[in-house]
Amino acid sequence: MAKGSIKDRLIYAAMWLALAAPLPIVLVPALTAFNPIEYILRGLGLWGLRLLILGLVITPAARIFNLPVLIRYRRTVGLFAFTYIVLHLLSYVVLDQFFDWNRIFQDILKRPFITIGMGAFLALIPLAVTSTNGMLRRLGPVLWKRLHSLIYLIVPAGLVHYWLMVKADHDSQIVYGAIIAVLLAWRVWDRFQAAQRRKARAAAKAS
Amino acid sequence: MLIRQTPDLTENDVTDKGLYYGRRTFMTAAAALGSTGLLGLDAAQAAPLATVKSPYKVDEELTDPKAIAGYNNFYEFGTDKSDPARYARSLKTRPWTLVVDGLCAKPQRFDIDALMKRFPIEERIYRHRCVEAWSMVVPWNGFPLASLLKVVEPTSAAKFVSFTTLVDPAQMPGQKDDFIKWPYREGLRLDEAMHPLTLLAVGIYGETIPNQNGAPIRLVAPWKYGFKGGKSLVKISLVDKQPQTSWNMINGREYGFYSNVNPEVDHPRWSQATERRIGEFARRKTLPFNGYGPQVASMYSGMDLRKFY
Ligand code: HEM
Repeated sequence: MAKGSIKDRLIYAAMWLALAAPLPIVLVPALTAFNPIEYILRGLGLWGLRLLILGLVITPAARIFNLPVLIRYRRTVGLFAFTYIVLHLLSYVVLDQFFDWNRIFQDILKRPFITIGMGAFLALIPLAVTSTNGMLRRLGPVLWKRLHSLIYLIVPAGLVHYWLMVKADHDSQIVYGAIIAVLLAWRVWDRFQAAQRRKARAAAKAS
Repeated sequence: MLIRQTPDLTENDVTDKGLYYGRRTFMTAAAALGSTGLLGLDAAQAAPLATVKSPYKVDEELTDPKAIAGYNNFYEFGTDKSDPARYARSLKTRPWTLVVDGLCAKPQRFDIDALMKRFPIEERIYRHRCVEAWSMVVPWNGFPLASLLKVVEPTSAAKFVSFTTLVDPAQMPGQKDDFIKWPYREGLRLDEAMHPLTLLAVGIYGETIPNQNGAPIRLVAPWKYGFKGGKSLVKISLVDKQPQTSWNMINGREYGFYSNVNPEVDHPRWSQATERRIGEFARRKTLPFNGYGPQVASMYSGMDLRKFY
């Protein structure tokens, strides 16, 4: 990945700025919120989910608009998403529960929405760890791809976590859910198309 | 806690206490603050009230009036806690009629202004515990529900009381969504309704109650989770069967009819053992019956409060 050129550096700088923007977007209003802890906890969770979804947008966008260059930025988006989710978890442990480990473990075991959130978080760890070029090389593209398809479970799990958290009125969850459904459906469709093409090619060869 | 520990305080005791204080009416600082009162609302909404002291007060720091009027669950105006403060201006609270009917000798319609003159308006400082595990300390102004119910004379067939909130999507934009089957309904057992702690609030901090807090009149039962306190009430009915209540209709496993504050019975999705007092960092331990056990626990003796949550 040639990160050297000035243009490249500018693109990355702009991207970092854009992806870091949610931090002040969450933290500044929290200063004057009536329940700042809830505000931070929820804000970080929501931005984590949004960036996970943005990560899912990149591949279809690159293909549909024929911009393979986009794929290079996917990792940065994913790592930012991971960062927000780590901060989300930290704000739960530190701000919300203040290291009440007993309660935290009970919550993880007893409350399905937290159990699912925790599962999604644990599944994200290997993806973050294997995000480097070195790890990609070591695992080989096939295994790496297979491992990273975990994201197709993680994002819906994040949505279920969000869904279960709400008492009533799931309007925004429905919107996020619809976007995720479209992004996953595109992949199913894409693979189906690829299989068709392979079959057609094989048939053409055989005849 | 300054609440008298006797569980048998009657409404008369409270009135006597009011007389003892010489019915000393006092205007709050709100009047002196000019047109935008403590709650930061315009004059039409925030008229000062003449109130009498009451022994029903907790000796804890009062929650910032801006938080009381800015952090609300009042789904008639939207599900975000900042929605009620934003949208409740569209609620017209005058003229307003409260119907009290059902199993009583003298069912009546009460004009809100006449009602507010009919009974001394007491100041009651109560803990307020939301089912979402946050809490406040609110200086309500109002009169005991029992005073009103005695006027209509419940018959011996009356066993429960149901409370109905206004339905008008033009004034209450949240009602355009139908995840709650409007109207919002709440209910109490008759003995709970007659309990001296049970209040019909018409003010907060010595001013008429802000729209987003349930103007012009709302229920407050401080030993129960906040959602039991129906807001912007248009009807109170005496009935013989346990009435349907809104959150119980939405999710009966999570929201029981009684919904007494109970640190030992968790909400399925979160613990009720602790709460965050708005304005504080660390969580506090939640008290059984929100600290009102000495006054109310006897009403539930012999009941399995895990079953009747
Ligand atoms: C992939 C992982 C996760 C994602 C995508 C995620 C996302 C979210 C979202 C979108 C919300 C709701 C935000 C809102 O209402 O605006 C939320 C709330 C929450 N999440 Fe997560 N989360 C994840 C992991 C976790 C983990 C590991 C924990 C704790 C162990 C956790 C605990 C919570 C809590 C306590 C809330 C707030 C509930 C409340 O305020 O009532 N989440 N999360």
